[in-house]
Amino acid sequence: MTELLRLDGIACIRGDRLLFEGLSLALGRGGALWLRGPNGAGKSSLIRLAAGLLRPAVGTVTRRERIALIDEAAALDTELPLRRALDFWARVDTVDGHAVDRAVADMALAPLSDVPVAMLSTGQRKRAAMARVIASGAPIWLLDEPANGMDDAAQARLVGAIARHRANGGAVLLASHFALGVPDIAELDMGALA
Amino acid sequence: MTALLALFWRDLRRAWGSGALWLPVVFFLLVATAFPFAVGPDAPLLARTGGGMIWVAALLAALLPIDRLVRPDREAGVLDQLAVRGFADEAIAAIKIAAHAIGFGLPLLIALLPAAALLAQDAARVETLATGLLIAIPALASLAVLSAALTANLKGGSAIGGLLVLPLAVPLLIFGAGMLDPSGRGAVKLLSAASLLLTVIGPFAAGAALRGLRE
Repeated sequence: MTELLRLDGIACIRGDRLLFEGLSLALGRGGALWLRGPNGAGKSSLIRLAAGLLRPAVGTVTRRERIALIDEAAALDTELPLRRALDFWARVDTVDGHAVDRAVADMALAPLSDVPVAMLSTGQRKRAAMARVIASGAPIWLLDEPANGMDDAAQARLVGAIARHRANGGAVLLASHFALGVPDIAELDMGALA
Repeated sequence: MTALLALFWRDLRRAWGSGALWLPVVFFLLVATAFPFAVGPDAPLLARTGGGMIWVAALLAALLPIDRLVRPDREAGVLDQLAVRGFADEAIAAIKIAAHAIGFGLPLLIALLPAAALLAQDAARVETLATGLLIAIPALASLAVLSAALTANLKGGSAIGGLLVLPLAVPLLIFGAGMLDPSGRGAVKLLSAASLLLTVIGPFAAGAALRGLRE
């Protein structure tokens, strides 16, 4: 199994607080790991460490492939219609319009294509951010609370998208404070590390 | 390359979207309109001092939108998304500087004509002003993006932002306005040197500031 993402002996300090130390994990093709735990356990910090947005106090992070990230910010221009906001990231990721078409269909966003991002609800924005991740074609997905605000149908689509991504050889690091029902997923209880 | 172009167009679209294109123009013209009221309608006096006023107005017009240059991208997570994609912070800063230079510089040069007319500047002085502003615009954009990046984490940052870069902008003002003085032959070279220095330093300094936002 080729490793896509590897964290070795990571310690994370935020402010004056040690969130966790000696944390190691590896994700290979088709692999998935659910980071669980209560608020403040360090799930988001670990996602940001894996994404390279935070530097670990100790330890190394190795990424062998491109990354797609969801965090609390959707990173879609609120004044644009949804489709054009997604097309911007498609140009940045140099993927073609078909990838966006497929991602929009995956998240059932086609009826919202012409709606400005500012008018979307929380759950719809999460679906839009998820479509951005799917369209990027990046093999490593880092999903920080991707299902926040999503209804049951959208959650089912999210779980389906994760399954397809893994079947295509992608890896998923998922932080969520509640169970999403992703089949065959490893678990790491961040609450037990503190 | 396509990706960097996409970023450039996005910044330009946001700079000119929702009528913001006219903001520096209107500001610039307001100063030019108010100045004769303040010093009196004496044409020789206006002609002598108006050029310097135009330079001050140009500097302030460059700093006017610093609230919108970096902070919204930080809050929307756009900067994080770009960092995740491996874009160098310096490259992002350079793109933002280029987009701001076009975004405010182009309307500014157009607004120069009515402003110069209001301040009784003759054709030769308008030409000198246009040349000087053209040289200084990349440096002004550089300073604006730098202060925007430095203050993106602060509430009410734009007020501090202006103060932060004002000392760095002083050489531009001195040599830019100095070009209007018939005895100031070397001013254009010194202005070019100052502008080049600030334009080259800008992406690196602003890039470091963008990196600092993530910590």
